[in-house]
Amino acid sequence: MATNVLMPALSPTMEQGKLAKWLKKEGDAVRSGDILAEIETDKATMEVEAIDEGTLAKILVPEGSDNVAVNTPIAVIAADGEDASRLNVASDATQAAKGKDAAQKGAPPPPAVATAASVPATVHAAPPPEAPEVPEGAVMETMTVREALRDAMAEEMRRDENVFVLGEEVAEYQGAYKVTQGLLQEFGAKRVVDTPITEHGFAGLGVGAAMAGLRPIVEFMTFNFAMQAMDQIINSAAKTHYMSGGQMSCPIVFRGPNGAAARVAAQHSQDYAAWFSHVPGLKVVAPYTAADAKGLLKSAIRDPNPVIFLENEILYGHTFEVPKLDDFLVPIGKARIARKGEHVTIVSFGIGMTYALQAAAELEKEGLDAEVVDLRTIRPMDSATIIESVKKTGRCVTVEEGWPQSGVGAEIVARLMEEAFDYLDAPVMRVAGRDAPMPYAANLEKLALPSVAEVVAAAKAVCYR
Amino acid sequence: MAAASSTARAKAAPRKSSASAPKIPAFTKDEELAAYREMLLIRRFEEKAGQMYGMGLIGGFCHLYIGQEAIAVGMRMAAKEGDQTISSYRDHGHMLACGMDPKAVMAELTGRRGGASKGKGGSMHMFSRAKGFFGGHGIVGAQVPLGTGLAFADRYLGNDNVSFTYFGDGAANQGQVYESFNMAELWKLPVIYVVENNLYAMGTSVARSSALTDFSKRGQSFNIPGEQVDGMDVRAVKAAGDRAAQWCRAGNGPIILEMQTYRYRGHSMSDPAKYRPKEEVQKMREEHDPIEQVRARLIAGKQASEEELKEIDAEIRKVVAEAADFASHDQEPDPAELWTDVLL
Ligand SMILES: Cc1ncc(C[n+]2csc(CCOP(=O)(O)OP(=O)(O)O)c2C)c(N)n1
Ligand SMILES: [Mg+2]
Repeated sequence: MATNVLMPALSPTMEQGKLAKWLKKEGDAVRSGDILAEIETDKATMEVEAIDEGTLAKILVPEGSDNVAVNTPIAVIAADGEDASRLNVASDATQAAKGKDAAQKGAPPPPAVATAASVPATVHAAPPPEAPEVPEGAVMETMTVREALRDAMAEEMRRDENVFVLGEEVAEYQGAYKVTQGLLQEFGAKRVVDTPITEHGFAGLGVGAAMAGLRPIVEFMTFNFAMQAMDQIINSAAKTHYMSGGQMSCPIVFRGPNGAAARVAAQHSQDYAAWFSHVPGLKVVAPYTAADAKGLLKSAIRDPNPVIFLENEILYGHTFEVPKLDDFLVPIGKARIARKGEHVTIVSFGIGMTYALQAAAELEKEGLDAEVVDLRTIRPMDSATIIESVKKTGRCVTVEEGWPQSGVGAEIVARLMEEAFDYLDAPVMRVAGRDAPMPYAANLEKLALPSVAEVVAAAKAVCYR
Repeated sequence: MAAASSTARAKAAPRKSSASAPKIPAFTKDEELAAYREMLLIRRFEEKAGQMYGMGLIGGFCHLYIGQEAIAVGMRMAAKEGDQTISSYRDHGHMLACGMDPKAVMAELTGRRGGASKGKGGSMHMFSRAKGFFGGHGIVGAQVPLGTGLAFADRYLGNDNVSFTYFGDGAANQGQVYESFNMAELWKLPVIYVVENNLYAMGTSVARSSALTDFSKRGQSFNIPGEQVDGMDVRAVKAAGDRAAQWCRAGNGPIILEMQTYRYRGHSMSDPAKYRPKEEVQKMREEHDPIEQVRARLIAGKQASEEELKEIDAEIRKVVAEAADFASHDQEPDPAELWTDVLL
């Protein structure tokens, strides 16, 4: 059967081009892969290859022809044994034109049919907790955030052999900030693995191991160094499940201290909460208390998705009450009311909670009763808990150490505008880090970070006091 | 390999002379026919993909594997059940060699719901848990640590599987490759690093991008052994693959195979490949074509007749035509798919 050679496109947007040159002439034998002709557009030149074998029976478009439409038959190839001279070329060409129509019918359905809804249905977390996270009468013990994190990892490693810890100085040195203290002794070098200083490599290795079914906990000495590994976290960990049509899950935890420590200056003082929370396919957790650190880290390790677990160096040494339970889990995606109040809602997370809670104490002295919401999870964000609080108070202030633009506060403000505008009695205000890299000088560093006084002032402002 | 006679080639990368290369073991008739069939499937599939791209049915980046078929096919012949494969965006050939359904691969290229990733991954991002194909990765070099992680899991889980980790000559200059080499040797991970040296990274020749153009030596500072292989001869590829897999399975750690190959087409569909002389391409096609080599041996050795080979050709054309037909007529993904698979 004779086949038509069609005018090809150099790109999906090309509609026509010039048939610059024929490299074969009528009657020539043609093998698949042979170059038949050259076509040109203003941008590039391309070769037309034969994909069928036979004889070039007829050239339908002479060389030098301009404005040849894509998919126009430009030649006919007769199959082996077919008499090229007797082919009814004209009717073949018409058939080709019909064939083109048919091909277009087979082409993608019109956008109207295939266009997805532009906005996902808003998914709110379930309304207020059914059962308390900490059962009535549970015995509490006092511990640091550091110890709580270590205990969470140790418990999960005892529970599941495929959980392992990977990172710089996590084993022999017991962790640069001693969070992995004792893990090497208990679990051995197979499961507590010191890496070279190779963030991008070991983050990717962790993702690969997770794709193969292991449960890596990848520690970044600080999240500042996770910038080296950003590509693997976003392009490999966060997107693979989606790109594989649900086949490749990535149960991995990336954890380490995030945000400003003290006097370590611009390159080592950055809050990545907003960065990671921008990315679908990740969960982002940032606990404040030791109990939340423990319960959320355990949940993160069990989660089938990549979880960014943002700790804070300054909080590592803070002590809190932690329930003494065999298996204490805190669900990812649920905010916590850290303090009940009537007049104004203050929303924060991680170390931002220190400002929020102190400000609430100050405000109380001035007769303002603040409700403080600890987000705990940045993504997926528990809008429902924030909105429930704002329904009551009508006023809201957000607090974070990170930069204001496109920050976590900005996201909360947008959600309140979209979903709770009618409940607001004043514009929402953000308290955030200064819009500048972190300076080294002690005095400047202090100025760069938010303060309790600023939170108090913002709360009063939204209450018109 | 004999291609060293081409001056352009010789300048681009000094090749080991075929005289000093290890003797190439002959294939059995069955092996020759299997290799012929597999390579032909990839060739015809890619030609069809190129044609469909030209018709506007495939969009975006589309990197064809034409010319490099012997690598995917020969290495696959050295693999066993449970081994993992991971590669770059130039992945169609590897997926077919791994046994993925041509229909699913082609429908992914056209972005339809029957595609290997439900139409959400496209040419550069396809996966198959069932076939041990771990992608399909669009960021140059990123698959190398991932492949190392697959090997880490093999060792961790105590099986004797091997991770076949493919990357290009251009990717070989990425830092994470060397981070991976170091960890792989340090922890004796069972990974075969296959450098598909097709002499060009987009328009940049190896000579213009690499201080050390012998990629088999790129592991030297980590004590990883390496070998240069004629990547146009499927028998040489399989033999090297067998040696490498055995090395890895025996617990010796990683190994590097530099496959000396050539891509006939441009880097992607919109690359007219003006950076290399036409004669260079023509010479490779005429003198070193991986499929023609097998074909010539089959005929010369009277292991198959022209007729039998024509029949195989016809069968493969049919498979490819069916894949193309399916991929052209299958529906686009349901709009709701936009929101699925983001998380478990
Ligand atoms: C990190 C990164 N940088 C640049 C690119 C753009 N890019 C895509 S392929 C490519 C060339 C890679 O060449 P090589 O590794 O030799 O593989 P080949 O394409 O020859 O198979 C480049 C520069 C990319 N995808 N990722
Ligand atoms: Mg290359």
